[in-house]
Amino acid sequence: MFEQQLINGLTLGMIYALIAVGYTMVYGVIQLINFAHGEIFMLAAFLAVTFITVFGLPIYIVIIMTMGCCALIGVLLDIFAYRPLRQSPRLAALITAIGMSIFLQNLAMIIWGSRPKPFVQSALPPFLRTTALTVGDASISWLQLFIFGIASLLMIILFLIINKTRVGTAMRALSQNRTSAALMGINVNRVISFTFALGSSMGAVAGIMVAIYYNTLYPTMGYVAGVKAFAAAVLGGIGSVPGAMIGGIVLGIAEALGAGYISSLYRDGIAYAVMIAVIIFRPSGILGKSTLEKV
Amino acid sequence: MLKLEDIHTYYGNIHAIKGLSLEVNLGEIVTLIGSNGAGKSTTLMSISGITRPRTGKIFFQDKDITTALTDTIVKMGITQVPEGRMIFPRLTVYENLLMGAYLRKDRKGIKMDEEHCFELFPILKERRKQAGGTLSGGEQQMLAIARALMARPKLLLLDEPSLGLAPIVVENIFEVITRINSSGTTILLVEQNAQMALQIAHKGYVLETGKIIMEGPAGELMENPKIQSAYLGID
Repeated sequence: MFEQQLINGLTLGMIYALIAVGYTMVYGVIQLINFAHGEIFMLAAFLAVTFITVFGLPIYIVIIMTMGCCALIGVLLDIFAYRPLRQSPRLAALITAIGMSIFLQNLAMIIWGSRPKPFVQSALPPFLRTTALTVGDASISWLQLFIFGIASLLMIILFLIINKTRVGTAMRALSQNRTSAALMGINVNRVISFTFALGSSMGAVAGIMVAIYYNTLYPTMGYVAGVKAFAAAVLGGIGSVPGAMIGGIVLGIAEALGAGYISSLYRDGIAYAVMIAVIIFRPSGILGKSTLEKV
Repeated sequence: MLKLEDIHTYYGNIHAIKGLSLEVNLGEIVTLIGSNGAGKSTTLMSISGITRPRTGKIFFQDKDITTALTDTIVKMGITQVPEGRMIFPRLTVYENLLMGAYLRKDRKGIKMDEEHCFELFPILKERRKQAGGTLSGGEQQMLAIARALMARPKLLLLDEPSLGLAPIVVENIFEVITRINSSGTTILLVEQNAQMALQIAHKGYVLETGKIIMEGPAGELMENPKIQSAYLGID
């Protein structure tokens, strides 16, 4: 059972990590916990199903289209909801984020209804649910392998964008000193938009994966996933991208093991317990920088 | 080259700059001296478009830049080395320099200026892979100046480059400033260290609580008894 839970946990953890990087990157550049990020994840699942059922497109094109749409939604969210509040106290933006989360959730309910829907299984290759390989007495399905593969690929791409490109370096510069970044001629708003686009497209992939993995989508699915990914970002150290990746994986494994060995009823509780423990014992997270400020 | 006409800048309700006018001509080093809180940094931030003046006009090469965005201003050729250096602590020295050249596309030119910066400050070449935050204060100031030069500015705004540095390092930095100027870059230098600033400047302005109270050739200001007692420590 241990191997099986570990594999399940790893799959889940990769998904949390994909969502968590969106929280952490946005926090890095504008010190805002974007509570509506979970809703982008949810919208991705619905948009994907819509693209499949309405346009009959193949799944890989749907994934790319959904990433693009969610990137756009993320940017619009920033422009209309957060940008006007850039000079306001942080609390104003935080409350707006919660407001946007509720707004998007209800918008989805109006458009797609509040009842859970299954994913369009016919759009997926049938072998996804079959066993790809067995390790000891644990079996890994093709789907789990795909989730693992795509998530890893996206993480590598993200890592390269942040560390090797001009705009990625500008993102890091901006998160370290906004005034100084502006003085370098960096268009601060454009880089912030780019950050939202990047985080939202990662979250979009996670949304589609979850909908496929659990074969269900509903307008409030972003809430729980969002809170857990947020916990993962806090665990890794908010503002740190590698931290969010590690935090997501650790949380996924902890959750799967807890569900396997204690009770699956405590599944969600474990994420919160981890978050509370981190806040008490190591508030800066695994890779977070301590918040000591030199005066 | 740069002309400020009667600008007023506010922080909320605080009237920080109260009708300031100054002029910097091509090729000059102009210094703006004054004590803490006189509005020196605010003046530079107003020029850079970070804190916009509420009234008044700023012209650069005869173009009105009063309401221009910071990136436009940088693109036009005004770069600032801000007070406290503000280097990016978790970017490497090299990445810091690249950020200075953010708006430029000419790879060859960037490479050339990089070499030029390493010539000017050899210590930065040794430390190019180190995080900016691990440098000493003096090295950080050098990095901040080098980073600004990477934008190939026509006008360089320097905000208290001597702040918190040992006298020998200050000497070194000021020598570099003169070299930058003699290679064709116009400089507006804000300083509390009036002695050093007036020595290398062509022209000086004295700022007190948001107003210019005196201006003239640097040599004359140094001879002025009022300046001597208030800013140069000579009775």
